[in-house]
Amino acid sequence: MSSTRCAVCKYFRRRCPSDCVFAPCFPPDNPQRFTCVHRIYGASNIGKMLEELPMHLRVDAVDSLYYEAKWRIQEPVYGCVGIISSLHRQIHIAQTQLAKARAETAFLRANVVAAKTMPSSGEFMAQQNSIDNGLDDQSNPWFY
Amino acid sequence: MRSQEARSSSSCAACKFMKRRCTPHCLFAPYFRADEPNKFAKVHKVFGASNVTKILNEVPEPQRQDAVNSLVFEAEERLKDPVYGCIGAIASLQDKMFQLQHDLAVAKARLARCSSRASYASCSTTSPLMMLDGEFGLTSFDDFMVVDQGGLTTDFRQHPFP
Repeated sequence: MSSTRCAVCKYFRRRCPSDCVFAPCFPPDNPQRFTCVHRIYGASNIGKMLEELPMHLRVDAVDSLYYEAKWRIQEPVYGCVGIISSLHRQIHIAQTQLAKARAETAFLRANVVAAKTMPSSGEFMAQQNSIDNGLDDQSNPWFY
Repeated sequence: MRSQEARSSSSCAACKFMKRRCTPHCLFAPYFRADEPNKFAKVHKVFGASNVTKILNEVPEPQRQDAVNSLVFEAEERLKDPVYGCIGAIASLQDKMFQLQHDLAVAKARLARCSSRASYASCSTTSPLMMLDGEFGLTSFDDFMVVDQGGLTTDFRQHPFP
């Protein structure tokens, strides 16, 4: 019997063969990693999943299974799907805020352009004063 | 006499899949209808029937439908992406969120600059006489009041977005 059994073979109290599919992914110094994953997925399902994957991706796959299993244990109803829902909500809020900020900016820019293209206040005042005082009004007898 | 239950034609998808008798108190029946066979097949492939049973037994009955929906979602993600599953979806959403936060910070900085420019523009095009309250309706630079040629004022403090 190998003296360096993987966490899975230790759990099942069996011999750990040299080509054990679990050994690279479940080191003996972290038994919790396997117990967590086993509780949610079961060892045989994990084994089937790993066998379908290339060797260099198996550790990443077990890492993600471990995180998902941990979340499912902590939150049995929603698991990590609760986090996905929460992120979708936050993204929606941020998109709304972004659209609002951009719309307000566009509005203000249009306002600034409109204010600059309008006649200056001095000219406006002069026009008003001249009209009010009848300076341009030819019917006003003051001209004559 | 054989029980009616054994001959029931309304086996749930789980019992049909596992080729077993579907009892009236079947745990899976409310959540895996016979017309949705793929739903249970996905969950079975990833989690296994006994693990799903354990998870559902840990959850109060009113929340079991939500639990099943989330298990189905996780199973689908895992089958689509056997390496990263839902974690890949979470990472992708987080990247999107970081990008949005950056874009929002840039947009807010631009808005702040435009606000100060708009205040300056309304100041520079406004005669000091127009600052008098009442005559032309302008009371402060912060009000974003615009005076048109007819002397009417429009209050743009009412933003279109809630």
